[in-house]
Amino acid sequence: MFLRLVYESFRRQKRRKVLAGVAITLGVAVATAMIAVATDIGDKINRELRSYGANLVVTPQEDTLDVEIGGVNLKPPSDGAFLNEADLPKIRGTFWAHNITGFAPMLPVTTKVNSSTNGREVTLLGTYFSKELKLGKEDFVTGVRATNPWWKVQGGWPDDNSLEVLVGERLASSLQLQPGDQIALAGQSHRVGGILSTGGAEDDEVVAPLGVAQQILGKPGSVRRIYVSALTKPEDALARRDPKTMNPETYDRWYCSPYVESIAYQLEEAIPHSHAQQIRQVAQNEGTVLSRIQGLMLLVTLAALFASALAVSAAMATAIFERRGEVGLMKALGGGSASIAALFFTEAVFLAALGGTAGYFVGVALAHQIGQTIFSSKITIQPVLFPIILAIAVAVTFLGSAAAIRRAVLLDPVFALRGEA
Amino acid sequence: MSSLPHQPSHVASRRSGGPHTSMFLRMLVRAAVLRRGRAASALLAMVVAAAVATAMLNLYADVEAKLRKEFRSYGANVVVMGKDGTALPSDALSRVRSTLGGETIAVPFAYIVARTRDGQSVVVAGTDLGLVRQLNRWWSVTAWPSENGAALVGTRAATLVSRAGKPFDLSFQGRTIHLTTGGILQTGAAEDSRIYLNLPAFEAWTGVEPSTIEIAVNGSTQEINATIPRLARQLSAAQVRPLRQIVEAEARVLGKTRAALLAAAALIILTSALCLLATLTGWVFDRRRDFAIMKALGASERLLNGFFAAEAAALGVIGALVGFVIGIGLAAWIGRVNFHASVGPRVSVLPVVLAGSVAVALLSATLPISLLRRVEPAIILRGE
Repeated sequence: MFLRLVYESFRRQKRRKVLAGVAITLGVAVATAMIAVATDIGDKINRELRSYGANLVVTPQEDTLDVEIGGVNLKPPSDGAFLNEADLPKIRGTFWAHNITGFAPMLPVTTKVNSSTNGREVTLLGTYFSKELKLGKEDFVTGVRATNPWWKVQGGWPDDNSLEVLVGERLASSLQLQPGDQIALAGQSHRVGGILSTGGAEDDEVVAPLGVAQQILGKPGSVRRIYVSALTKPEDALARRDPKTMNPETYDRWYCSPYVESIAYQLEEAIPHSHAQQIRQVAQNEGTVLSRIQGLMLLVTLAALFASALAVSAAMATAIFERRGEVGLMKALGGGSASIAALFFTEAVFLAALGGTAGYFVGVALAHQIGQTIFSSKITIQPVLFPIILAIAVAVTFLGSAAAIRRAVLLDPVFALRGEA
Repeated sequence: MSSLPHQPSHVASRRSGGPHTSMFLRMLVRAAVLRRGRAASALLAMVVAAAVATAMLNLYADVEAKLRKEFRSYGANVVVMGKDGTALPSDALSRVRSTLGGETIAVPFAYIVARTRDGQSVVVAGTDLGLVRQLNRWWSVTAWPSENGAALVGTRAATLVSRAGKPFDLSFQGRTIHLTTGGILQTGAAEDSRIYLNLPAFEAWTGVEPSTIEIAVNGSTQEINATIPRLARQLSAAQVRPLRQIVEAEARVLGKTRAALLAAAALIILTSALCLLATLTGWVFDRRRDFAIMKALGASERLLNGFFAAEAAALGVIGALVGFVIGIGLAAWIGRVNFHASVGPRVSVLPVVLAGSVAVALLSATLPISLLRRVEPAIILRGE
């Protein structure tokens, strides 16, 4: 009898059920989309923050002092220690390899550049543009095009295995060079692939594939420093502790957290005779910016959850209020308050399960849409979200209807049937 | 009225309008008082929707300014340099400050290569350490030097010039200076290999004047790009250029954050507007008996429409005003919790919220009325 009442209620009052169901679907969809976006926005903004460039730098352990003003190196080029280029792919074998979005080796050399009209001493920077590397069976591509997205090239990016070079825009204008011109570097002829604009010291330099710089320096396979761009977790008290003073348990926790400090530690492990440290300008500030944006989205999500909970309860309250005549009839026929309330609650829960499921999938689609339009990448949705969302939907519907059901049940059937509530 | 005897038509219209108006008002007030519960819940829905909308709009308008403040901790975004490494004119710094106004941080830097006692080269920079401290907040410094003759030594330079923090000598073009280590600096970049001195001591020793000014310009990418030609006009002997790394990354992160917030705000406002629409429609629909009685007593269509519209508009205005105040409070709270600075109230949000609330209220009043209009009053009164 009870089940038949529920079934008939859904069969006969399609319009009302659809309206309430739509309200629940909408509320749950907004809640799902907001929770999905808020949980994933940390990762998305972290990736956007990588456009500030590398946050870690790896240098040789026995390094001499840089004598550099405004990016111009004033030191004899062969001076100092070097890292081995062959060790570079090992960066992809470290514990947090998946968090390393790219790295670029740098080898600055001072050399003489001659164009057809004049010549002068310049810094030539050897690096990877987008070099294909191999570690074991894994192939990957890395270089300045990934780590330094603010570098703009007019013309084309040179191939990493070619002899083509990029010329910084101020150097190019003083030497009157165009993409496609030929220049002589240390006596050898190179084609200018493009004109590079960075807004930094590189505008006065020549940037070439690493092999070209190594050849001019006469040190094959050597690298001066490596810039590493990694997704990190904002620094906290644990991050700043010295790994040497930790007990094994804390050490494991520290080692397995993507702090900029622990990634630096792992880079030193991977590359022999190296010293890795954070670039504080980038690494320190991204933590603040990230936590502010995450906090903002969290609070906004709370507002969204509140608004959708309210929408669902309002819809349920209205739906039940409209049926007070029905309640009056049931009571007049001898229905107990408890069984009438149970009937309404069963309906509410059933509606919440249906609307919640539909709303979840609409919300997932909405989150994907937001991810594509704003961040041009997918928003990852944890599958565990589904039961949580469903539980919230049922709870909110239940609570939202409770007051209205109580009022409907307490109402005198005489008044209810005469429509004088 | 005796003061207007020569305007009989005006008097007549007021007389005939008089009782109508007061009856109209009485109906409005009594309707709200007699059905307190339903009116209160409709008003509550109105207030909540207006509050949430106000808070989101306020936050959206203010978040850019708040986040820009956070982004300024990345340091300078514009650099002024003497052409080909030459010194800037001596009034360059004051010109920069007068062009940009007092709030902007502009820090001069002068560089030389000095020699240590054992003949090693090291870069020494002269600057205003107090300003650098404000500009580059990411610098990790053990202690900021306060006394004259104390230097801020980069961590890698420290191992070269002064083991264990002992005083050291530096020479430049035959002139020697005796310095103590006032503090150790660590940044992870070129600064680690340098020694920083306060500008007066540096100039007294070397006679070299600043060649670089680093500036943290407040504002959007467009504002920064507009500042650069203004500075360049003031300083014809120098190059002014934006640090694209900083400017572009900031624009990118800010743009994405604003877009995400806008999407969230749109979703939230839409949800609360729909919730409001449902509640108010239910409220008006529920009063179909009032409607039928008025119609049966001979009320005209226009009067009925006017009655329900006035009721909805009053609800919309009251709800929007109360909601606006609550929403301002909500936005201020979010600002304090998240940015440690309150989000200032924006009065420009009020007309938007007010118009939106009244529009939704009117829409939810006219929808059920247009449905009911076609129905005979007798049928409604019989409860069918």
